[in-house]
Formats: sequence, structure tokens, C-alpha cells
Amino acid sequence: MRVEMFTFLLAGAICLGGALGVVLLKNPVHNALSLVATLFGVAVLFVNQGAYFLAAIQVIVYAGAIVILFLFVIMLLGVDRETDEGREPLVAQRPLAVATGLAILGLSLVALLSAGQRATGDKADLAPLNQPGPDINHLAEVLFTRYVYAFEITAVLLTVAVVGAVVLSKRTNEPLIDLDEFPEGTVVDVRRRADDAKAQDEVDADAEVVAVPDTEGDPQEGGDD
Amino acid sequence: MFTLTETWYLVLAALIFSIGAVGLLVRRNVLVMFMCVELMLNAVNLTFVSFSTALDDLGGQTAVFFVLVVAAAEVVVGLGIIVAIMRRRQSADVDDISLMRG
Repeated sequence: MRVEMFTFLLAGAICLGGALGVVLLKNPVHNALSLVATLFGVAVLFVNQGAYFLAAIQVIVYAGAIVILFLFVIMLLGVDRETDEGREPLVAQRPLAVATGLAILGLSLVALLSAGQRATGDKADLAPLNQPGPDINHLAEVLFTRYVYAFEITAVLLTVAVVGAVVLSKRTNEPLIDLDEFPEGTVVDVRRRADDAKAQDEVDADAEVVAVPDTEGDPQEGGDD
Repeated sequence: MFTLTETWYLVLAALIFSIGAVGLLVRRNVLVMFMCVELMLNAVNLTFVSFSTALDDLGGQTAVFFVLVVAAAEVVVGLGIIVAIMRRRQSADVDDISLMRG
């Protein structure tokens, strides 16, 4: 029991430190590394509670795949520099955010600690945890019998996510919708203005009998091809 | 000497969840906001495992399994969206992505 307590305190401190690092550090790479610390701490807490399979999955999936994905994107996009968190466009965003966090924490603590020794819930008898044999066998048994439909739906979800990622990363030749490139307005505005200018040109051309075969091109028309 | 009950784990999970929620609301970098969402998901996972152990039920660990799958799918799609956005503008700041404002 004393060993478990020591492990809990150590891993809990690592978890909290990592979580604070994710929020407080300025560099995104440092944020990702702090997230790794938290994920490992949670994995240690899983082991402490006997969920060995989930601890292994936690390390493999989260630390091995998700954080690496984060780091890849950070390096790919070149945002591994300190971000400017000084300005805050919304008034009172930060105090309200901190107040919201404290409210969530306070509500959770009241709900947890006011219940006395045991937090909530009844003992289950459908799928007991303490059976002989490794926990992965029992988990697989439950997954493939009671939760088999949910399991199949997660397979569909993963397929959809992969297809969606491929579609999102496909390069398109559509016009850029970017206010920096269109300081005079959005693409819709530019297109409408170009149409108006073209109609005006046609009216002018009809009005003028003198044929000017090729006037200078409309500069705004080239903006949205 | 205090005994280690599941309440300790639940309080720790509540702390991690609150830190993640505050970070999600405070930070402006899209990637860091995603990491804060991961923090919150991990806090919930810890809660599930704690209840699973305390109540002697495998249902909590099964829920963690599904949360892991959903988190992985969410990260893949979210990072795809971020890469697609960043290809058009060189900033990870959420305040710059305001074309659809009212």
C-alpha cells in the first residue's frame, strides 16, 4: 500500500507538472514534450491500478503515435518558435477562462468529496474485473461480445478518419480564400466587382463606336481564376 | 498515513481536466489547444480506470479503449484540417482564422 501511495504521488506530480507545462510554456515543442510527461504519468497510474493492457496502449498510441504526429505537424509547418500570447483580442477572456476552470474544478471536488468514503456507483456484476487470468483476455471477451457493435463502429470511424485525412491533405486548385491576399474583400466581393466591371465594359464598348480591339485587361478579373 | 482510495485518483483527474480546460480557453495556438483537448481526454480516461478498479467492473476499461480510438481519429482529422489551413496562411493563431465571423 505504501508503495502504491508513493507511486501515485510521484506519477501524479509528473502528471500535474506536465499539464501545467502544456498550458504555460510558450514553445509548441516544449508543450508537446510536457504532454508526453503527462501521458506517461497517466500510464503509470494505470499500472498502479492494475490496468496493464491500457497502460501499454496508452504509451503506444498516445506517446508513440499522437505526440509524434503533433511533433511532425509542428516541424512540417515550422511553427516551432515561441508564440505571441501577449495580446488578447477578447476582453476579459483570460479571467473568465480561469474562473471557468476553477468552477469546473470546484464542482468536481464538491461532487467527489461530499460523497464520503466512496465516490459514487454500485458494484457491477456483469463483467467483474477480478477474475483469474490476464486482464487483456477479459477485456477482449467483453469487447467482442457485449460491445461488439461499438467495436465495429470504431472500425468504421477509423476508416472515415483515414479517408478524411487523405481528402484534407489533397492539394486543390481552388481559389485561395485569404483576406491577406484580398485586402479589398472576400472572393465573393471580388468576383461580384469583376462582373460589374465586365458589364460596365460591355456597356462602354457598345456606347463607343470606335473599336478598341484589346483594352488593358481588368486587373480584378485575374484575381479569382 | 493516508490510504490510497479512488478519490485520490479522481481528484487528480479533476485537476488535470481543469488545467486542460483553462489551457483550451487561454491559448491561441491551434496545436496547443489540441494538446489541451488531449489532456482533458486523459483525465477522463484516468477517471474511467479509477471507477473500473473501485467498482470491480470492466466497463470502465472498455470505455477507455473507445476513448483512445476516438481521440486518435480526432487528432488525425484535426491535424489534417490544421495542415490544410496552414497551407493557405502562415499562422497557427486561431484569431487569424476569422473569415466566417458574423
